[in-house]
Amino acid sequence: MAYSQKVIDHYENPRNVGAMDKDDSGVGTGMVGAPACGDVMRLQIKVNAEGIIEDAKFKTYGCGSAIASSSLVTEWVKGKTLDEAMTIKNSHIAEELELPPVKIHCSVLAEDAIKAAVEDYRSKNGNRAAAHPEAALAQAAH
Amino acid sequence: MNHPQVIELDSKKPWLTNPDRPIYLDYQATTPVDPQVLEQMLPFLTHDFGNAASRSHPYGWTAEKAVEKARQQVADAIHADPREVVWTSGATEATNLALKGAAHFYSGKGKHLITLRTEHKATLDTCRQLEREGFEVTYLEVQEDGLVDLKAFEAAIRPDTIIASVLYVNNEIGVIQPMVEIGKMLRAHKVLFHVDAVQALGKIPVDVEAIQADMMSLSGHKIYGPKGIGALYVRRKPRVRVEAQVHGGGHERGMRSGTLPTHQIVGMGAAAELAVKLMDSDAQRIRQLRDRLLKGIQARVEETYINGNMEHRVPHNLNISFAFVEGESLIMALKEIAVSSGSACTSASLEPSYVLRALGKSDELAHSSIRFGIGRYTTEEEIDATIELIAGKVGKLRELSPLWEMHQEGIDLNSIQWAAH
Repeated sequence: MAYSQKVIDHYENPRNVGAMDKDDSGVGTGMVGAPACGDVMRLQIKVNAEGIIEDAKFKTYGCGSAIASSSLVTEWVKGKTLDEAMTIKNSHIAEELELPPVKIHCSVLAEDAIKAAVEDYRSKNGNRAAAHPEAALAQAAH
Repeated sequence: MNHPQVIELDSKKPWLTNPDRPIYLDYQATTPVDPQVLEQMLPFLTHDFGNAASRSHPYGWTAEKAVEKARQQVADAIHADPREVVWTSGATEATNLALKGAAHFYSGKGKHLITLRTEHKATLDTCRQLEREGFEVTYLEVQEDGLVDLKAFEAAIRPDTIIASVLYVNNEIGVIQPMVEIGKMLRAHKVLFHVDAVQALGKIPVDVEAIQADMMSLSGHKIYGPKGIGALYVRRKPRVRVEAQVHGGGHERGMRSGTLPTHQIVGMGAAAELAVKLMDSDAQRIRQLRDRLLKGIQARVEETYINGNMEHRVPHNLNISFAFVEGESLIMALKEIAVSSGSACTSASLEPSYVLRALGKSDELAHSSIRFGIGRYTTEEEIDATIELIAGKVGKLRELSPLWEMHQEGIDLNSIQWAAH
């Protein structure tokens, strides 16, 4: 499988690998995918008082294209508002990384991760009843 | 007439080692042609180019002589009679000929076949085709270690069962099925026994009498011979009949028509003879290398799982799952070695290896598996470099993995509700 230079770059030098405190009210955590499918992405965003994403971290279990897609996404969401982040489409990710057709689903998952992280943040800050990020995920995932 | 030496003929030198190419550890996929084999093949492309079927002149006679010598070499390798060896374009064609050929011939007796879920695609896809033609096939489950349960096998035999097909040595996990017991059982029930010995020849002793095989598929390019050549063993006593699948001239006793590729056949014969000759020394050396690789990896990397029975296994294969790391990203990380993975991402469909799934492995472990195939030219340096590489890259990928983080925190991943799409 030949990878594009950009995928290789993100894979060799992933940006923003790490974890944030998911119980912090300023943090939104989106975990999408499933081990059974061979792809799990966790994207975390730190949102400031003005509603801007000031930091993002990711960890991914998946192929090179999945790692690259999620790494790219952490770069793209930084400095954006939550609404702006929600406009990021998998097609933009796929185009930037030159993903072949068989890898498009990796970019779809990355888009889902953004949405899940944003919705998690919103449910924690708009809706005090959501105590556990996983429960928020289950609510948010539809 | 001189033919130029194309390559330096010293099989002791690790001539595959080349800083510009990855270390080759995918010997189950294919093997390079041994220099001693290549040397024997070349004259038949240029000087001795005759058609073995040309009975009227020395060009034909020379070719025929070479073909019959190779036939004897292959027959000797499996303890058969040369008249029982049919040349084909490869093991896939041999299996097609065996299963379709025998099923069609014996369809009056019955229309049921038995095979295992873990067979090579050549067997499975041919069985699917026979099902489309109205035959019935039972695909037996295997146990967690990859071996078939003999009682379950016997229970599957019906009065209308005509053929059973079993992979002697599995290409993904290297396990060796109990062939002597299976052969005995099938003979007692008068079911024809087709054996896929592609990965067995040259690695372990193969004897058609000892296992009471009725048909056997063999491949050239797995035994340091060329690609595009194989053979089907068809028993004469008691006589087994197969209907030809390729027509046009009646070659190979009517079982497989087509001009014989002399150079390919010479290659396969020479490779078979060499493989048997070097079998013990190769296996001993490879076993040491395999043990070194395994110990080295297990000393440096936690949470590794070996796929398949370790005792009933050829030493040439090591199939390991690295938990919490995905297979294709691992192979991408291991670009200095050439291996294959049971991960879905690496197959064209997004399904993980059907062999690993048949072992009952979770999809995650199937996704995280790497198959190491060690061969005649693998060196200790290559093994040591591989260990270093694996230890380093698995570590790096685990740092990237949310599953590893959760495992280290003591979270049971089976308890999570995954938001899969």
